[in-house]
Amino acid sequence: MTATTLPTTARPVSPRRRRSAGRWFAEVGWRHVVGVVFVVYAVFPIVYVLSASLSENGTLTGSNQLFDSVSTANYAALADTRFWEWTANSVKVAVATAIGTVLMGAAAAYAFSRFRFAGRRAGLTTLLVLQMFPQMLAFVAIFLLLISLGEVVPALGLNSHVALVCVYLGGALGVNTFLMYGFFNTIPRELDEAAKIDGATHAQTYWTIILRLVTPILAVVALLSIISTFGEFVIARVLLQSEANWTLAVGLYSWVSSLLEANWGLFAAGAVISTLPVLALFLFLQKYIVGGLTAGSVKG
Amino acid sequence: MSTDPRPGAPATDARPGSVVTAEPPGDEGHRRPRRSRPDESPARRYGAGFLAKLALMAVVDAFGVYVVWSAWVAGSWVILGAMVAMLLVANWVYFSRRTVPLKYVLPGLVFLFTFQVFTIAYTGWVAFTNYGDGHNSTKEDAVAALLVQNERRVEGSPSMPLTVVADGDQLGFAVVQPDGTTAVGDADDPLTTVDATVTDGRVAAVDGWEVLDRQQVLERQDEVTNLRVPVSDDAADGSVRTTDARTGYVYTSALVYDEAADTMTDTTTGTVYTPNDSGQFEAADGSTLAVGWRVFVGFDNFTQAFSDSRYAGPFLQVVIWTFVFAIASVGTTFLLGMFLATVFNTPIRGRKVYRTLLILPYAIPGFVAPLLWSGLLNRSFGFVNQVLLGGAAIPWLTDPWLAKLSLIGVNLWLGFPYMFLICTGALQSLPGDVMEAAKIDGASRWRTWRSVTMPLLLVSTAPLLISSFAFNFNNFALVYMLTGGGPRFEDASVPLGHTDILITMVYSVAGLDGNAPKNFGLASALSIVIFVIIATISAVAFRRTRALEEIN
Repeated sequence: MTATTLPTTARPVSPRRRRSAGRWFAEVGWRHVVGVVFVVYAVFPIVYVLSASLSENGTLTGSNQLFDSVSTANYAALADTRFWEWTANSVKVAVATAIGTVLMGAAAAYAFSRFRFAGRRAGLTTLLVLQMFPQMLAFVAIFLLLISLGEVVPALGLNSHVALVCVYLGGALGVNTFLMYGFFNTIPRELDEAAKIDGATHAQTYWTIILRLVTPILAVVALLSIISTFGEFVIARVLLQSEANWTLAVGLYSWVSSLLEANWGLFAAGAVISTLPVLALFLFLQKYIVGGLTAGSVKG
Repeated sequence: MSTDPRPGAPATDARPGSVVTAEPPGDEGHRRPRRSRPDESPARRYGAGFLAKLALMAVVDAFGVYVVWSAWVAGSWVILGAMVAMLLVANWVYFSRRTVPLKYVLPGLVFLFTFQVFTIAYTGWVAFTNYGDGHNSTKEDAVAALLVQNERRVEGSPSMPLTVVADGDQLGFAVVQPDGTTAVGDADDPLTTVDATVTDGRVAAVDGWEVLDRQQVLERQDEVTNLRVPVSDDAADGSVRTTDARTGYVYTSALVYDEAADTMTDTTTGTVYTPNDSGQFEAADGSTLAVGWRVFVGFDNFTQAFSDSRYAGPFLQVVIWTFVFAIASVGTTFLLGMFLATVFNTPIRGRKVYRTLLILPYAIPGFVAPLLWSGLLNRSFGFVNQVLLGGAAIPWLTDPWLAKLSLIGVNLWLGFPYMFLICTGALQSLPGDVMEAAKIDGASRWRTWRSVTMPLLLVSTAPLLISSFAFNFNNFALVYMLTGGGPRFEDASVPLGHTDILITMVYSVAGLDGNAPKNFGLASALSIVIFVIIATISAVAFRRTRALEEIN
């Protein structure tokens, strides 16, 4: 529909082509039009938040003129808030969860891939079924469980990061085991057997041979885990009660949920800071993440 | 079992272990000739690996013992039992030789069972109880709470000069009784008459207790005002309390609990309360006491969602909207993603740049995007109204229909990059010969796409579409952050709104954010309903997609 408007501007792009402009447009040119339209759609909110974060005044109205002023006032103002505490909390929780997820997931995937034991098939099926029950649905039960646990071990009760990591780890096995399991299966078993003949224990084989060979999938799982934990909101909101313990997701929500006007500049600056590392990681490791995503789509 | 190394004797076994590594078969075979099969010998070397395991297990066991001990002190028998069981299993798994696969699965299983399997089961159990505000604990706790809450100062009871004393951490009261005798007691031990030094009509020193000075009393003010010292072993006699740490009064409960008859009697009015089926003490006229206890209520929570006038209307609307939202989300994002993937499936200049820019929304953390859009769509000051629409005041997030539209629109922005990614992947893996065959057979471009590309694409993406449906069915963060479920239903007495989906309804009903009374029972019942819906749809859909796959 927008296609008819652009051939004149699009023509100079490929002067070397020898076919006619109409034919060129029908085959290639319109794709550029579609591309530009949707790139604007995809990128404009991101440009907007960047502009708002650099705006001098921190209100929603003041942020509507893109890049009319460039100041770091909003970023500097973050220092007076709990923003950096929340960032530290988020990073702490995400990294701890990622390490735990990788260690537990890889070990389980190794067992399912290399050993044949009673209950192996049933175990895999159970994991698949459990995966359908998102942990988020049980947040009431998690809340009640942590109240009881907290009475016995305060570190595992409400408002504790250790408890939050434990809860995340509880949901980690179901999601990631299959991803790793598939990858473990591609490592030739002959390697294990050779190691065994050389006298290695199963633990030695696992730690020194297998784990080295599956590093790519470990990195992907760790990264996916960091990204999802970093963005997780529901459980963090239910479990973390004191402001000092909040994660970024809970903290930034509190800024804009109540007083949209007052904290908009702060929010924009915070949003940019919390987005940039994830964005950078994502773009840098795009290839692997895409591979990880589509790996799950092929049914065995 | 007798051939297994005993965990209790690692030190003696560990030292010869290093020798064993030097000359394994001879030494091993000599000591235990029966079990010298070559594949077992490495497991018996007590090298660095074994020591590391031992150290780790020592830490785990120490933690376990600590938990067991604290559970014992706190009286949490379920946690105690679970922890003991876990410790036994862990020690058996890591010190036995027959459990090699379990050694690798166990750490994950522990977390999976505690924080997922158990919580699912617990959700199921809570769904059948009336757990929530007013029904938070056991009957014993409820009786105790009722007695304490209804304590009143006995009419005309004499005031007693009082001194706060302490025995270690335990606080107590020393009083001069009306008959001139002195007595001392604490929360656990009722007042007993003792000899004490009295100055200015007040106890100044008493054996075995330390008298607190004014400063110390101020520091522990809350403890002092909450302390109840029973007058005697008989609870009916009441207790001594103080508000100013200088004068004590006798308080007795207006309620009396008769354990044999299981009734509560209000001594001021004479009303007799008996326990009813819903976990409360109820009088003959139907009035109930404030604190109840948890009871099993069967399917009450489930029927309440469908039939209680407060919930039934909103509930139906919420269910319908949840389905509409999830289906529309998957549909719109998939169509756009597939369209863009098809558009960029031919080599054109700048394809890589387009692709990278198009997936940017996917890399934005899940909590930033909805909040950002809530600002963009703000009625009075948002960018969309102010700049794009030139100052129109369109209530994007506060009109029931527009709010729904906005949700789907924002979700489209968030979700199409994912679909674009997986469709691109799927398109690139399509077999080229099939396309060629279609071309040779004279199929048009559209016909090829419709009859060859599209079915093959659906086969490989169908499982992801199902999980995407399940995800959007529970897309809490988006709804909660963008509209908060609002605009509210005008006629409903419960805090629910036009854009609430089931999972946000669970959150509201649970009352964890303090906007509504807590109702864990109903919230859990709704969770179960969601689970059943998702499980059914997934099961059916996976079956259908298996049929799709036969085409391939």
